[in-house]
Amino acid sequence: MSDLARKTVAELSALLAKKEVSAVELARLYLDRIDANRDLNVFLDVRPEVTLKQAAAADALIAAGNAGPLAGIPIAHKDIFVTRDFASTAASKMLEGYMSPFDATVVEQLAAAGMVTLGKINCDEFAMGSSNENSAYGPTLNPWDKKAVPGGSSGGSSACVAARLAPVASATDTGGSIREPASFAGVTGVKPTYGRPSRWGMIAFASSLDTAGLMTATAEDAALVFNAMLGHDPKDSTSLDRPREDYTRALANPVKGLRIGVPKEFFGEGLSPDVEARVREALKQYEALGAELVEISLPVSALGIPVYYVVSSAEASSNLSRFDGVRYGHRSAKAGDLLEMYKASRSEGFGAEPKRRIMIGTYVLSHGYYDAYYIKAQQVRRLIADEFQRAFTQCDLIAGPVAPTVAFDIGAKSSDPVAMYKSDLYTVPGSLAGVPSMSLPVGFGDGGRPVGLQLIANHLDEARMLGAAHQFQLATDWHARVPAGF
Amino acid sequence: MSLTLSDVERIAHLARIQITPADAERMLGELNGIFGLIEQMQAIDTTGIEPMAHPLGGAQRLRADEHQTLIPRDDTMKNAPARQDGLFLVPKVIE
Amino acid sequence: MQWEVVIGFETHTQLSTDSKIFSPASTAFGAEPNTQASVIDLALPGVLPVLNRGAVERAIRFGLAIGAKIAPRSIFARKNYFYPDLPKGYQISQYEIPVVQGGTMSFVVTPKNGEPYTKTINLTRAHLEEDAGKSLHEDYQGMSGIDLNRAGTPLLEIVTEPELRSSAEAVAYAKALHSLVTWLGICDGNMQEGSFRCDANVSVRPLGQKEFGTRCEIKNLNSFRFLQAAIDYEVRRQIELIEDGGRVVQETRLYDPDRDETRSMRSKEDAMDYRYFPDPDLLPLEITPDWIEQIKATLPELPGAMRERFVRDFGLPEYDAQTLTASASLAAYYEAAARAALADAAGKAEAPAAYKATSNWVMGEVSAALNEHGIDVAAAPVSAAQLGRLVARVLDGTINQKTAKEVFAAIWSGDDRDAAAADTIIDARGLKQISDTGAIEKLIDEVLAANQKSVDEFRAGKEKAFNALVGQAMKATKGKANPAQVNEILKRKLAG
Repeated sequence: MSDLARKTVAELSALLAKKEVSAVELARLYLDRIDANRDLNVFLDVRPEVTLKQAAAADALIAAGNAGPLAGIPIAHKDIFVTRDFASTAASKMLEGYMSPFDATVVEQLAAAGMVTLGKINCDEFAMGSSNENSAYGPTLNPWDKKAVPGGSSGGSSACVAARLAPVASATDTGGSIREPASFAGVTGVKPTYGRPSRWGMIAFASSLDTAGLMTATAEDAALVFNAMLGHDPKDSTSLDRPREDYTRALANPVKGLRIGVPKEFFGEGLSPDVEARVREALKQYEALGAELVEISLPVSALGIPVYYVVSSAEASSNLSRFDGVRYGHRSAKAGDLLEMYKASRSEGFGAEPKRRIMIGTYVLSHGYYDAYYIKAQQVRRLIADEFQRAFTQCDLIAGPVAPTVAFDIGAKSSDPVAMYKSDLYTVPGSLAGVPSMSLPVGFGDGGRPVGLQLIANHLDEARMLGAAHQFQLATDWHARVPAGF
Repeated sequence: MSLTLSDVERIAHLARIQITPADAERMLGELNGIFGLIEQMQAIDTTGIEPMAHPLGGAQRLRADEHQTLIPRDDTMKNAPARQDGLFLVPKVIE
Repeated sequence: MQWEVVIGFETHTQLSTDSKIFSPASTAFGAEPNTQASVIDLALPGVLPVLNRGAVERAIRFGLAIGAKIAPRSIFARKNYFYPDLPKGYQISQYEIPVVQGGTMSFVVTPKNGEPYTKTINLTRAHLEEDAGKSLHEDYQGMSGIDLNRAGTPLLEIVTEPELRSSAEAVAYAKALHSLVTWLGICDGNMQEGSFRCDANVSVRPLGQKEFGTRCEIKNLNSFRFLQAAIDYEVRRQIELIEDGGRVVQETRLYDPDRDETRSMRSKEDAMDYRYFPDPDLLPLEITPDWIEQIKATLPELPGAMRERFVRDFGLPEYDAQTLTASASLAAYYEAAARAALADAAGKAEAPAAYKATSNWVMGEVSAALNEHGIDVAAAPVSAAQLGRLVARVLDGTINQKTAKEVFAAIWSGDDRDAAAADTIIDARGLKQISDTGAIEKLIDEVLAANQKSVDEFRAGKEKAFNALVGQAMKATKGKANPAQVNEILKRKLAG
């Protein structure tokens, strides 16, 4: 395969700067790979004319000598981010063919940095799912094993980078939607602190949890792209009003002396042995690099799943009310009176999972149940957040598994929502606490399917977390592995 | 606690989701399974704990009171299923 | 049986901001459909609300004006329901913790038959929320049209305790609130355009009963006249219903001005279960003491305080004070004119006389002329200073009331904008009244000689003849004589 497609963002940036490759050449290379791998069902909208136009503009910028390090670097966007030049569907029939009149802030910022958009990528409908099987446009396949799911909801993003259909893909994480697919597809997936990336232009799932992030081959690449992507956005009043920072600043810091907390609850029953083995080896690797492992306990976090499904479903049930067939989106042909129009349009437009979440959320907010479910969940959420703050007095980072198993087979869990929800066990606590977190490849488990290690840092401590991941990747080559045939 | 069929139908109506009796039956099973999972959190003592609505505290940031030029109507309404004379059309609204 | 009427008010006041409460769209009225609906107001996928500081400032102004508690921390919640004029499927409003809590309003009630009295009621709360769009019911291929220009316009919903006891009190409260919000400059008060919308919760109970009766909410009260009519109708309806052995059902009723009746509204679906919860897109609204102090410093003297001052310091009757403080501009005009009149009369008049005389002019000639030309007092061609000078000339006896009206009309229609315009016109037209007794006696002698018939009739005891003679005398002086003097001299001569 083409060596060029194996290059990291950092390497491509150097080649572009030296004019050894042009943005248009890169765009063509990836567009060809996308076209050649349509069977993976990664991309939902590709418009070469748009992409090549952006690439030509990036080349002009480079030629003019006033280009930043990301100018000309191709990127694919999860179809949760709205875009002017590509359809924005949230992988839902509800938004089939929807053309947004504006770009998401994340998309806008990366375009302003000269990045070139390859297209929009598949995900679980409205980012609700852990396997990408909930897409209205069919499941995305895992490049490591096409019988396996790529994880979700950002399964298109993880498969995209795993198959090197783009050097970097945007993604979103509400309860693990970046970290779990990154683990399943053997790529680096990073969720920043809640409020650090703008939510403007992200089709909302659960507003108090939704966080934009990235899938890349390396932690270094994520740091480079975050420099352009993360900053204050006046259009999002929950976005943190802080100056931009250099996320590459701690990449070179040695791991020596780093205190890594290992929550004993993350190694309990349900964690499959192959995954545990790879995670333990990775922790040993960190020890070998001079880190100190500290056993910590997150007892309440072990009950994060109930809290997560109450909070996220409550917010989702309200966020998805705007899809009523009035101003945009699917309107049923059989619409009779207003009530029928609402019911028919929403029932036809939403898939099973969004309907399920809407039902859960509507119930927990409804009269008589609000205190028992919603308020209770918010109280437990605080206990979980406090628990993390206590943990970070004992350690600098927390490490553990991302998911209990490697990628499962397509269809294995799709008929059992409870089993599916349980696979978020290790990722929802960090989401509820709003802390940054990531998955990095640390080897392979059953069936040769990838295993990821989860790192969790305290609020706004992304740079340290990325540095620790980078040091691991300097010492290992799991992140450089590419599935056969790609 | 567990839901009843009439709960499912009431919620579906509140959420404007059409469900056939068959859907309702299936959904009732699923929801009771999920709420079985959710009930686990009731085991945690939360007396006196302030509910947490936002992962990071802090106050709301305000915007200066200035209007801006908007994206033209043709662009913002281009996805409308039914429109006429700059209006969105819906089945008759009875008040 | 004796019935007691119990009324509580919910008033939706559109705040006079430049942009909407959560979006940068203009709030200007009457634009082409959906041209003032931003992507936020249209609830397109991916949009987020950002709160407008101007809306919060106006809420604080109102809270301070009614002596309410300004919540240091208040919460925006989502009120969930489906309706085509509600793009998000929820309205952002304040539910558990509103920004303005408590407060009182005092106002003068003037019953149809009875003495005016001052009523003070408690307000429950005032909270910020967003307005909805409009459904247009003209026929569009058998469908309704949705215009979202109004969606997202900031509203302050002002809620009273159920302490109003008659439609007269309800109207008096509504008018006082209307004058307060316009006085504060937080609402343009335009009821036709829906800037000030009243809903009344009306119930009746046997006089002396503690428990409230079942209430009905009456909507669409967009004029003070309708308001009184609607409440009167509803009270009659409820009393008749109960007296005929029926029961009042709690419901929302719409007032139909054409039929002068209230009718039951098809109750909005699921009105019972709005699934309120804190809006995760909006952090708590925090208002610091400093911010409150800054706003306090910009508050004008309020109508209530000014009314009391006019009664206390100017010696005006309650009625005058009430009328003159109906609007900030009228009150300012009156006070400036009154002070000018007193100054220009230079000791020739007592202060109370000057204040009352000016009050009569403002409530009389000035108001009449303003109504006739349909302009606001702020735009009156006769400035407060000019009016003051004119009133002073009546007070110091330079001209009489009748002549003053002629001078007023001349200033109004003329283009002399100088404060001394009255003097200029009086001199130019030789309108100074004759106070020289000798001159008047001479004139009157001539009048008596020329009207022997009237003189005889008077002496024969015909009182009316005296008036005729006064008229003749005034005519002879071209209206410039001091009528009091003329009377006095005539009496003396006829007696002699």
